[in-house]
Amino acid sequence: MPYPIDRKYTREHEWITSDGTIGITQYAQESLGDIVFVDLPKIGTELTAGKTFGTVESVKAVSDLYAPASGTVTEANGELATSPEKVNKDAHGSWMVKIKLKDPGELNSLLSAADYEKFAGEEAGH
Amino acid sequence: MSAVQATPPQVRKTSLNAVHRALGAKMVEFSGWDMPVEYPSSIGCGIVAEHMAVRTGVGIFDVSHMGDIRLSGPGALDAVQHISMNDASRLAVGQAQYSALLYPQGTFVDDVIVHRLGEDDYLLVINAGTREKDFNWVRDNTRQFKCRFEHLSDDFTQIAIQGPKAVNLLQKLTDADLNAVKFYWVARGTVCQLREILIARTGYTAEDGFEIYIPSDEVTSARVWNEIMAAGKEFGAIPCGLGARNTLRLEGKLPLYGHEISDTINVWEAGLDRFCKMEKTEFIGREALEKARAADVTKMLVGLEMVERGIARDGYKVLDDDGREIGYVTSGSPAPFFKKNIALAYVPPRQAVVGSRVKVEIRGQSAGARVVPTPFYKRPKKV
Repeated sequence: MPYPIDRKYTREHEWITSDGTIGITQYAQESLGDIVFVDLPKIGTELTAGKTFGTVESVKAVSDLYAPASGTVTEANGELATSPEKVNKDAHGSWMVKIKLKDPGELNSLLSAADYEKFAGEEAGH
Repeated sequence: MSAVQATPPQVRKTSLNAVHRALGAKMVEFSGWDMPVEYPSSIGCGIVAEHMAVRTGVGIFDVSHMGDIRLSGPGALDAVQHISMNDASRLAVGQAQYSALLYPQGTFVDDVIVHRLGEDDYLLVINAGTREKDFNWVRDNTRQFKCRFEHLSDDFTQIAIQGPKAVNLLQKLTDADLNAVKFYWVARGTVCQLREILIARTGYTAEDGFEIYIPSDEVTSARVWNEIMAAGKEFGAIPCGLGARNTLRLEGKLPLYGHEISDTINVWEAGLDRFCKMEKTEFIGREALEKARAADVTKMLVGLEMVERGIARDGYKVLDDDGREIGYVTSGSPAPFFKKNIALAYVPPRQAVVGSRVKVEIRGQSAGARVVPTPFYKRPKKV
């Protein structure tokens, strides 16, 4: 599956758009398997780039979510509380939180779609 | 998202390893084995789909990582009786029983299925993670008996065919009359043109099903696996990994070594009384269990259902209403069949009554749970 070029990616398998919308990648949802629980921060929570801000749980495992950039949560996707499986069905269309970016420049250090695809391919390969 | 763990080197592989990889299975290291945890959604799999296939149709598992010890000869029954807690003298030829190997203190070396294959011929099926320990334990503690001891683990590829349709599937591939093989009985028959194959009506899914023991060479193993999958097509059979195996056994409250049972947990605490025959005059662990029975147990295994949002996981703390730590979760997971979050946990007897309210500490926050009757799942009785 191609990774959309309208956003940036982290090595922890999150994506973020230039307006601060955050989700997890197709590779992440595949690795996790059936997602059954998504725990997201409340509106107003301050996220720090590289720090955890929530969790995603599959039947088998718990995984932390890492903030791709710093900012304040303006919205959390409440739909995922009742239908977490939407992330499996459409990882790149199922956003988790929206943040007001503290410094849009932080996105420059993240991976492009092509670089992320290569990175995820290498991680899957070993 | 944290990185997915890599498979460490030097892990052991079953003879079906290449088959799993070709199917695109997600592989994990389990007890020193490179095993499929689940198969891809592109072929209709994934833990939830695999779990449901076993509950409603049929699923196929490679369980070749399980170990096998054979004890045979005139002293075999005495040897089995000495090292296991259930009463093997009650087994007819062709019958099997759930049992356990105990330490002198009444705690668990491992749990086992004892099959009586012949007059003086017993097969113990043991766990992958405890293979070497069990092997040494059984060998060292059966020396005084007139019996032959064989470690057959690497001789077999063990395939589990589990679910209400398992009997229909396997009957297509064997001349043995499977309807004559009752639950926890074994038969021998031709399976996929292989003669004298051991067919046991056993499993670890709380469902009807069979486990077959075929020669472990890769060519035969792959051929039989593929023939089973092909024969199962009409029943919706899919391959199933360790992920579904775990959620299935959890719903059925079947213990997992290192979780519900271990070298620090005794038979009474684990609630396995009905498989422990104290009327047997002697077996390793009996004396300690006699003493322990007179004393009060301090912890009991119970089933929990989460009342509040959150999933209890292995090792999480169980708290009372005041937030005091009273126990711990041994296994916890979403239960795909119930669509609820369930767990097994050790708590003091006072909190072990059905309906009792407790809390589970989930990453620093406590979530409400209640003690419920177990097993969580009981398969419907056959009409």
